[in-house]
Amino acid sequence: MSARHKLGGYRKMSELLKKEREIVIPGEILAQGMDFLPGENTYRENDNIYAKALGLVYVSGRVIKITSLSGPYVPMVGDRIIGKVIDITMTGWRIDTGTAYSGLLNVKDATTRFIKKGEDLSKIIAIGDYVIVMITQVTSQRLIDLAMREPGLKKITGGRIMKINSHKVPRIIGKQASMVNLLREKTGCEITVGQNGLVWVRGTPEGELKAEGAIKRIEERSHESGLTESMDAFLGGK
Amino acid sequence: MIVNQNTIKDLASKQMRIDGRALTEYRKPILVETNISWTAEGSARVQVGETVVMAGVKLSLEKPYNDTPDEGGIMINAELTPLSSAEYESGPPGIKAIELSRVTDRGIREAKAIDMKKLCVEPGEKAWFVIIDIVTINDAGNLFDVAGLATLAALKSARFPVVDTETGAIDYKKKTDQPLPLTKEPLPVTVYKINGNLVIDPTVEEEQVYEARLTVATDDKGTISAMQKGGTESLSIDEISMMIDLAQEKATFLRGELDKQLQ
Amino acid sequence: MTYSKRLDERKNDELRPMDAKAGVIPNADGSAYFRAGKTTAYVAVYGPRELFPKFKQDPKKGLLRCHYAMMPFSGSGERIRPGTSRRAQEISMVMEQALLPVIDLSEFPNSVVDVFVQLPQTDAGTRCAAISAAAIALADAGIPMKDMISSVAVGQVDGTIVADLSYGEESYPAVVSDIPVAMTHNTKQITLLQMDGEISKEDLVKALDAAKSATEKVYDVQMKALKSKFSVENKK
Repeated sequence: MSARHKLGGYRKMSELLKKEREIVIPGEILAQGMDFLPGENTYRENDNIYAKALGLVYVSGRVIKITSLSGPYVPMVGDRIIGKVIDITMTGWRIDTGTAYSGLLNVKDATTRFIKKGEDLSKIIAIGDYVIVMITQVTSQRLIDLAMREPGLKKITGGRIMKINSHKVPRIIGKQASMVNLLREKTGCEITVGQNGLVWVRGTPEGELKAEGAIKRIEERSHESGLTESMDAFLGGK
Repeated sequence: MIVNQNTIKDLASKQMRIDGRALTEYRKPILVETNISWTAEGSARVQVGETVVMAGVKLSLEKPYNDTPDEGGIMINAELTPLSSAEYESGPPGIKAIELSRVTDRGIREAKAIDMKKLCVEPGEKAWFVIIDIVTINDAGNLFDVAGLATLAALKSARFPVVDTETGAIDYKKKTDQPLPLTKEPLPVTVYKINGNLVIDPTVEEEQVYEARLTVATDDKGTISAMQKGGTESLSIDEISMMIDLAQEKATFLRGELDKQLQ
Repeated sequence: MTYSKRLDERKNDELRPMDAKAGVIPNADGSAYFRAGKTTAYVAVYGPRELFPKFKQDPKKGLLRCHYAMMPFSGSGERIRPGTSRRAQEISMVMEQALLPVIDLSEFPNSVVDVFVQLPQTDAGTRCAAISAAAIALADAGIPMKDMISSVAVGQVDGTIVADLSYGEESYPAVVSDIPVAMTHNTKQITLLQMDGEISKEDLVKALDAAKSATEKVYDVQMKALKSKFSVENKK
């Protein structure tokens, strides 16, 4: 910093105006000067970098980005999501992904079982059913292809589905799945967290209720530090 | 969601609910706030769980109907706003809004909760008309009961506006301290039958799986003033009798909440 | 005679008492409550969601739709008949245009973001309250926005430039102009401008200049509403 002072007045000194993890609203100036680079959810205009969404400020090296705290789920290839079957076409199933864009689950990507031509697809997966699927392709126009052939991907039966803010999904899962494993262990429930914010929980009625309560609690306190420990205490007793 | 709907039905047969409540337990909190709109002659905001409904009373002077020249009138209208749920659209009221307004209307009207004769100012010429508008803010289920509570709270809070004695014009900006001539306080309670069990205060998902429902409006003495059966399946007379018992019990509970919070 | 003391004794640049809260409607993707004096607005944002009918879809970007409505009991006179009116339709349109300059829906082709407004009580400045509330609700919904939009009316009452006219001032028996304005926070660009009444060009420019600091006060309330919602969530 002092070195730049000595270089003199041609270039204004760059300055970060927000603290790491500070909450900012759209339009707030995050940094002045050309030494910083605009990352996700930010933009540059002249000398300044501005916030383009409500969220938390993160700085890594010279890049400033904003992690959203709310907003729509953005479909990404490789994400496992939970969706609802809304239509059946000649070639497969149309799935509501919980976004403005539905996805297509082609028959050949849905099951390893041989399906005869003309077979009634609704006998396999019916309209209204929920499925755990993986996103295999997203185009610029948000056409989404889905697949259901890997382990853990399946039609959902039993239990309950709850909806959470998709931006809180990483906290429900935790580092190396530590949080979701803790939830599974303490509630005895089978739990699948879709990246689109739908969470499926299946166990005993008491276990499901406990898991749902815990997931809501994590969603509310997602930015607490030491959340896994405090959730361990919350879920204790069993 | 079909997954949750199936679970709701399974749990009901074990006397359990998906959110852990007892079958006949209202959600918390129950909040009643009146005078939320200075432009209305009476108004209320009622919250039960996450369901929020507003009701407002407007009074106007009109010519009485020919067949009741010495009486005023009431009208209840309900709007299920697209603000309150992704399920609702802009436009004229659908059948759900019409049913809500008519059931709420009957509960008040048929109980003769408002003394219509006292609304008359000049027989055959001029009488007060009471118009209640129900507006949903967040529909998380059980609009019948929440709208009924909001309507009664709004009616109780209403005060007549000042009328210019010479011109007869209403000065809506000034209120007198005169309340509406309320003779009783009917409240609707809706009892749902889910997988054969009686359930109170359903969530939106519970509303998607019931076999039949019965809305029963009762006053503080337990007299029934309006009923509406809904749903695609039938009810036995024994079931109806049990539903009415439950509705009376819960109306007393709700009336207690209302009185406590309006003090 | 000049207008030297305001009817409600505010200073000329003083706004009516304001309140705002983000996240008041659980069903919505974003929502807000905004109060200016005796005018209150609730706003819910739903979307981006699939747009029907399909022919209205824009393959390049999402569509923003505003729906302004007064509750039937929210007028200071007789009951307002439910359903839309020419006035409500016009306000819905200028709301969209007031918000669009900062909204970026290019990541959401073919979709729609719906903004619903309901006013339980009104005094004056309902479109400004609706726009200010809508900006909070859109930010709460995580919609990409380059800047905030803050809205308030400025005007002239019998020769005096004032901010945030009350109903009494709008109908003051003298020459009055009422100018609802919406502004971007950083660049002070005007995104809503309407006017009722009469004013000279010189005074209009003065009034618009006064709108800069007036909208700044609205902005502070909007920012506080958003930050307090999320800092509660962030609090240890």
